[in-house]
Amino acid sequence: MTHPRLIVIGTSLGGMDALRVLFGMLPANLPAALAIVIHRNKVETGHLLPMLNRLCKLPVTFPSDKEIIKQGCVYIAPPDYHLLIEDGHFAFSVDEQVNNARPSIDVLFESAADAGGADVTGIVLTGMGHDGARGLAAIKRCGGSALVQSPGEAAASSMPLAVLAAVPGVRVCTLEEMGAWFSRMTSPVAIKDLQ
Amino acid sequence: MMRNQRPLTQHPAAPFAETEIENIEILLLLQAIYKRWGYDFRDYAPASFKRRIQRILGIEKVATVSALQERLLRDVSLMQRFINQVTVSVTSMYRDPTFYKAFRNIAIPLLKLRPALRIWIAGCASGEEVYSLAILLREEGLFDRASIYVTDINQAALDTARNGIYPLEKMQEYTGNYQAAGGKAEFSEYYQAGHGSVVMRADLSKNIIWAQHNLVIDASFNEFDLLLCRNVLIYFNTRLQARVHHLIYDSLVNDGVLVLGRNESLQLTPHESCFQALDSYEKIYRRVR
Repeated sequence: MTHPRLIVIGTSLGGMDALRVLFGMLPANLPAALAIVIHRNKVETGHLLPMLNRLCKLPVTFPSDKEIIKQGCVYIAPPDYHLLIEDGHFAFSVDEQVNNARPSIDVLFESAADAGGADVTGIVLTGMGHDGARGLAAIKRCGGSALVQSPGEAAASSMPLAVLAAVPGVRVCTLEEMGAWFSRMTSPVAIKDLQ
Repeated sequence: MMRNQRPLTQHPAAPFAETEIENIEILLLLQAIYKRWGYDFRDYAPASFKRRIQRILGIEKVATVSALQERLLRDVSLMQRFINQVTVSVTSMYRDPTFYKAFRNIAIPLLKLRPALRIWIAGCASGEEVYSLAILLREEGLFDRASIYVTDINQAALDTARNGIYPLEKMQEYTGNYQAAGGKAEFSEYYQAGHGSVVMRADLSKNIIWAQHNLVIDASFNEFDLLLCRNVLIYFNTRLQARVHHLIYDSLVNDGVLVLGRNESLQLTPHESCFQALDSYEKIYRRVR
């Protein structure tokens, strides 16, 4: 495993507001890379990246095919492609939708679990449907960490509830607690007790 | 890759091991297919390929990749189905409409300067983008001087593309794409609607030559003024991509136009310096040397 610790995040309805809060709490020296799937319209309007970059201390980009994953960078799955993780880099597919979505959270998470094992943290935030539940279970099964936004806090609870049903031992957190979790990642002794 | 031998008791416990075992099985499957049938998938990008294999396990109702391998070695009709499933691509009319709009504005004026146009669409999938381009060329007055070579590795996809029959229910979405792509007429002028499906107008394919071609092993077969290879290279690893980029370079005339998929690029490829980006976001390039 050659890439940095990887945090994968999936969200749909209400996700932009949740990300706004999370991005506000990201430490500038985060010792990990973030890869994020947000369900949304197929056609990219060009507003998304500038907006996310205003909210985030770390650089936010759409990755290219086979781009090397770098620590301290935030990567957003571009519209209408599945984003996948391979050994140390990103990959794409235009295969059919999964859970009525492309990009699909499950596709990102399952490939991340496969490539990254224990170095992967998966987070499912607010959203409709059940995309991400299966992928988060795979991350947990392969030794990674699994977090889900508390359904009570989530603007749309069905995605978090699907996770609770599918992923035994998942950590249920508020956005505030996830922020604290990110901060503790930056302290050298913390990584093990976060598991 | 050989792993250092270690005591069996130190190997990872069952759930995680299952993922590793499947990766070993896929490695062996690819070698078995290559040795038995000559099809070489060893340099396909592993993550998306694994999902396609898992999908085939479901379709064929086989529990493990090893079990699939045992059958694939002996059953030619299963191998034929496997090839069609594992190389199948999904696309739509005017996929990425902003690309088609940019292509119209940037590439078409250059192509209009040429008396004749040889075009290669490499990896046509089910053909929706072939008709998208044919319509665009028609509206720009270039269709009659174009010879369009359309290829794919997948014979079943090629047949679908040639037939030009698509689900009626998709037409609303495609009409929106066509308009967003800068279409100049009514999209419904280009097809005939029947029961649940539409047939693309026959004159749209009159300058098209359909042929099976495998970018992994086949050579360049002509020099083209325009080459479109969108969302094909993403399925290959960087080694195979380098091979195909060489093939692409060899297949373009100097000053020819190359189009890749939105997330693909020429960066770090052997011929990067031979191309000028005409639109670096939409991945429209011109060969300059």
